[in-house]
Amino acid sequence: MRPLLKLDGVGKTYRLDDRLLTRMTRRTRSLAAVSGVDLVLRRGDVLGVVGESGCGKSTLARMILGMETPSAGRIHFDGQDITALSGTALIPIRKRMQMVFQDPGGSLNPRKTVRRVLTESLGLAGVPSQERAGAAISLLERVGLNATQLDRYPHELSGGQRQRVAIARALAMKPDLIVADEPVSALDVSLQAQIIRLLMRLRDELGLTLIFISHDLALVHHLCSEVIVMQAGRIVERGAPSDVLHRPTHAYTKLLLDAVPRVDVLARP
Amino acid sequence: MPLLEVKDLHVGFPSHGRILEVVRGVSFTLEPGEALGLVGESGSGKSQTALSILRLLKPPGRILSGSVRFEGVELTQLDDRAMSALRGAGLSMVFQDAMASLNPAFTIGTQITDAIRAHRPVTRSTARDLAVDALTRVGIREAGSRLAQYPHQFSGGMRQRALIAMAIACRPRLLVADEPTTALDVTVQAQIVRLLAELRQELGLALLFITHNLDLMAQICDRALVMYGGLVLEEAPVAALFATPHQPYTAALMGCVPRLSDVPGQLGVIEGAPPIAGRMGPGCPFEPRCSQRIDRCVTERPPERRDGDRRVTCWVAA
Repeated sequence: MRPLLKLDGVGKTYRLDDRLLTRMTRRTRSLAAVSGVDLVLRRGDVLGVVGESGCGKSTLARMILGMETPSAGRIHFDGQDITALSGTALIPIRKRMQMVFQDPGGSLNPRKTVRRVLTESLGLAGVPSQERAGAAISLLERVGLNATQLDRYPHELSGGQRQRVAIARALAMKPDLIVADEPVSALDVSLQAQIIRLLMRLRDELGLTLIFISHDLALVHHLCSEVIVMQAGRIVERGAPSDVLHRPTHAYTKLLLDAVPRVDVLARP
Repeated sequence: MPLLEVKDLHVGFPSHGRILEVVRGVSFTLEPGEALGLVGESGSGKSQTALSILRLLKPPGRILSGSVRFEGVELTQLDDRAMSALRGAGLSMVFQDAMASLNPAFTIGTQITDAIRAHRPVTRSTARDLAVDALTRVGIREAGSRLAQYPHQFSGGMRQRALIAMAIACRPRLLVADEPTTALDVTVQAQIVRLLAELRQELGLALLFITHNLDLMAQICDRALVMYGGLVLEEAPVAALFATPHQPYTAALMGCVPRLSDVPGQLGVIEGAPPIAGRMGPGCPFEPRCSQRIDRCVTERPPERRDGDRRVTCWVAA
């Protein structure tokens, strides 16, 4: 089977001091946010991307979604080279990928009701207008909400409910790939567990292909079938979560794991 | 005498002609040098409790009733000047967002020396020496040259260290830390927690550590209070709390913390959402989400029951 997503040697270098004078004198400094990333994702894979802030995990996601153009390497989506696509050429590809952000308060328009958010997405997905109302309700039910939330505005919903709406909006497009960038890190523990359980259920029911970006290793361990650990723009370790998180080989992975607070050592009398 | 004694504290915010109570009768004590964890989700009242202790509640929020005694002095009755003098010198506080707590327009050095000179009649150069000491103590190297830098020149972890340096510069007996590591990477979080534990040892500092992260709290605290809906639902020594949580909320909360030692895919869940102030019923605030609810939980507020060093607010838990 052809991989859904394939990255070959993908890198992104930002030029600092990018002004005419420094460019003419060739004195620009540069920052390699991501370098040499190879990745293959098949349908149904759930990939965890872990690393600390500044490790390049969000830049990697943005390149996959076509929000940044890589400065090195190629990205293939479902067999098509999308590395250099931009503007209208990118639209049909973008419809097949969706993103869920950390802060649903910031990614939902405060002036649009849940109904409008979902019916607009369904419209873009080509659902005929008379079917959209029903489809919106089934989307809500899929993410654990119901029709009573249709006429609410984002501010009338709790943080967990807002993130559910953001997930429903992503599902409206029937995407081949969802990229979720720290989708639960702004939520309370009890709501975080609810959203992770929801993603696990969607993964099993819909065979979702998901890239899950997180700094929380324990969450990745629950949700993902594969994990990559990034440090300073590079993948330093990859594999099944059970291997990477329980038998890490790279020093950085060990450092990350050692920093996670543990309560099993509390079993003292 | 306990260092801090909070008794039946009620805190509220006026809203549309009535008062929304966010802290609804919280009592606890803290001994000198002890580390107490205040654990809860958003809306539990943990931060408002902490702010009330330092009298830093944002108006129109105010203490409705109850008592806060620090070294025997009733803080709720203290005049503003005396309270200002005590803040920083006797008890002090660090917040989650170090960038917002520091003034971007002044150097780190100016901000720490100003704080010192507000409390102690020392010269500028002595204050500077004390600031260097404080920064060195929190693990900032070449503290002398760092003093001339601005907050944006510090990393997130360094800013939190600088804030802790400022908080301990006048040797307070109590440090209140409100989610001090929430915005930080996990490795930096571990460093800050280690630092707080060291300071406690070296300075005999008592710590009130406020967090939503149970496991993190357990790394540093001796005893924990679990708050929900403005009430303390459980209090226990940390090891006992983890070994046998008595309150159903404590148990459920522990079950939904993802851990590396879990079986993948098996993650506990608490259905529903945390309560909203002013929309709670007369009973237990956790009752709508509780799997062990009985009729009485809905209609009547559960009493606090003490048993040795444990305290549980529940109709069901023995």
